[in-house]
Amino acid sequence: MMQAKFPPFSALRQKFGGKVRSLHAERENESYLLAADPDIRGISEYLRGEYNARLVTVFAEDRCAVEGVFFNYYVFEQKGNTEYLIVRAPVPVDDPQFPSLSADLPAANWQEREIQDWFGLTAIGHPNPRRVALHDNWPDVHPLRKDFPIDTVLPPFEGERHTYRPALGEGVFQIPVGPVHAGIIEPGHFSFAVAGEPILYLQLRMFYTHKGTEKLFEELPVHKGVFLAESISGDSSFSHGTAFCQAIEAAAAIEVPLRALIMRTILLELERIYNHVADIGAMAADVGFVVANAHASRLRELLVTLNEQLTGNRLLRGMVCAGGVRRGWDAAQLDTLAGTIDAFAKEFKDLIRLVHSSESTRDRLEHTGVLLPAKAKDLGIVGVAGRASGIDLDVRRDHPYAAYRRFSFRVPVYQAGDVWHRMLVRVEEVSESIGIIRSAIDHDLHEEFRVPVPPIPPDRCALSAVEGWRGEIIHWIRTGPGNRLERCKIKDPSLNNWPALVEAVQGNIIADFPVINKSFNLSYSGTDR
Amino acid sequence: MFNILQKTFNTGIVTTAYPRTPVEVPANFRGRPSFDFEKWTDARAAAEVCPTAAIALHDSPDARKVTVDYGLCVFCGLCAEASSDQAVRITREFELAATDRGNLVLTAEYTLNADGTHRQLRKVHRGLRSIDAGVEDAGKAARMKIQQLLGRSLAIREVDAGSCNGCELEIIALNNPVYDIERFGIHFVASPRHADMLLATGPVTRNMELALLKTYRAMPEPKVVVAAGACGISGGIFGENYASLGGVDKVVPVDVYIPGCPPRPQALLHGILLAVGRLRERSFDKHVG
Repeated sequence: MMQAKFPPFSALRQKFGGKVRSLHAERENESYLLAADPDIRGISEYLRGEYNARLVTVFAEDRCAVEGVFFNYYVFEQKGNTEYLIVRAPVPVDDPQFPSLSADLPAANWQEREIQDWFGLTAIGHPNPRRVALHDNWPDVHPLRKDFPIDTVLPPFEGERHTYRPALGEGVFQIPVGPVHAGIIEPGHFSFAVAGEPILYLQLRMFYTHKGTEKLFEELPVHKGVFLAESISGDSSFSHGTAFCQAIEAAAAIEVPLRALIMRTILLELERIYNHVADIGAMAADVGFVVANAHASRLRELLVTLNEQLTGNRLLRGMVCAGGVRRGWDAAQLDTLAGTIDAFAKEFKDLIRLVHSSESTRDRLEHTGVLLPAKAKDLGIVGVAGRASGIDLDVRRDHPYAAYRRFSFRVPVYQAGDVWHRMLVRVEEVSESIGIIRSAIDHDLHEEFRVPVPPIPPDRCALSAVEGWRGEIIHWIRTGPGNRLERCKIKDPSLNNWPALVEAVQGNIIADFPVINKSFNLSYSGTDR
Repeated sequence: MFNILQKTFNTGIVTTAYPRTPVEVPANFRGRPSFDFEKWTDARAAAEVCPTAAIALHDSPDARKVTVDYGLCVFCGLCAEASSDQAVRITREFELAATDRGNLVLTAEYTLNADGTHRQLRKVHRGLRSIDAGVEDAGKAARMKIQQLLGRSLAIREVDAGSCNGCELEIIALNNPVYDIERFGIHFVASPRHADMLLATGPVTRNMELALLKTYRAMPEPKVVVAAGACGISGGIFGENYASLGGVDKVVPVDVYIPGCPPRPQALLHGILLAVGRLRERSFDKHVG
């Protein structure tokens, strides 16, 4: 039996007595702590206080038919420890409520409200218990409950979708924007309260693109689930696809061949740089430096063409599969990869030189949209946005997956938290990614790239994490009979990071909103699922 | 300033000549799966692995109907990998846009063997659903009128009605220097009131239905609607469920459908130019009689 690494069960028992039932390591780096009841406030405080643990995500599962309860799951991680500790807390069917953590831990805010919406479990003491995932005019349904069929036809809409908090005062205006935006952007609603030009307050309304994704995973055989995972967020197809496959591989207890792990690493980094370079260009364009954007989008095109040469698809789809990758690369493809990366590296330097030479660009981006480190910590911000605000997290380093253990790379972290530093994080990450890809190509890529996946036994739980280009992606699955899933929880980094946008825009002029928003570049579809 | 100009001159012109000259797509690009219906003896494996049921079997005691719907296809290539009889082949064709939803559907009829394989191709036809003739004529009339009124200029309003953002990435790419859609006098506009074309992606979610409808209604006549991507055409892998209504044509009438997951920029361009009558629809299977 593997041992959980933190904290020792004896310490927990001593502290909490019968409130903790058991602790077991499901596999290396994944331990489950079974709580006796839904109140895990003490455990959470203890883990965060004594072990400096961070709450990664919160979600629920309907086990009423099998075990007669719902479960809430709280995933924790500890700095310097590769293990995930997952607290599983039963919520009784006849008393479907649990004490909220959000008042002390704002990072849990949206996720606890999601549990309310999807499962009908009430978060007692939540400071803002309004619906978040289901729009206000939805009937009283809880789609992730097992007794809710996926093909339920809901009655037509009536009434208001959402009542926004009014912003009052002399000269205060409210500006509604969306869900259809002026540009080619995903849908969401922003309600700005402004006094003159500065933004006083921003309210967000998301989940316009909610399409039943988590429920749909429960309907599909596992091999089809990969394609659904690739469609969670279009610009993170490979990261979400990999996260999903890793969860399946963990549940099936299979070892993925090294060649596949290295190829996945290369493709994950290609996904990072094609998105980062596009964002760098888009941020320049949003402050009027369109020439830089023209070069950046040309470079992005170079990379997505490379994606197509390597995987058959410009967004890297149809490549990853449970057990490895679907195709190997021949010598010509490896030459193209090396050659394109060299050409890109040179051009990327030129692009950054161009951006740095523009004083007016820097002037507009510096001190704009500041997210202070303390706020970022409270809100549980991850990824690029976190690292620009002092949050030193990177799944590649902290919980190594694919072949990341084999490569050395630096994780850039800044404290300033403005648009400029969110750009700098991207610039430095691109350079690191180029380094990773170059060392990965040197590995022998001629062995086996895929192993067969045997039928997966039911009732296996597995957590998987990937550092997508935006940040931490988590997939958690429970397998069911017949190579299907009972539950698939998806956490995109965007879900953590939307509240950061609300903080970062305050006091900025509304004309700077587009560039601030772009500097976070969050996924609506990844959030809404 | 000097370095900006220098970089521009050193870079030169990067814009493609598509569609004037055909595009060189990489050898590994997965385009339209092509079916050798006469050679095909067993469609079960392909239908089994297809993630979106784009390949579907309709068996009766002694007959089998196989439908292939490019409006559902996500171009994953699994059907070709799964078919041992080499009857399914992945081609590099991507100009698949169609003015009729039915044009994306092929149906092959066979005699069914007792062991589950099939033989004796009876017929193959294109088109499944009979589109209301009136609707079709109205679409054609709108396209003619837009061409007459606006000559070669076109204003597009894009609406993401629930997509994963994959299609949007390729639509945005139409504005980059490589595809440079403005060379055709085509531009994306911020308001539906300025638009001649609604370019929509899907699946249309329950939460976006009203916004899509309002955008469509806000556009002045004449107007055309283009649905892009598997999800925009049919709901794709999301299909229809409690939160998803399916394709764009569930909410507004669609004139042109552009398959792909996502459609590459040239495929989008082909569909957009087809919608305004500047390109012709391609017939994509020589086996279709």
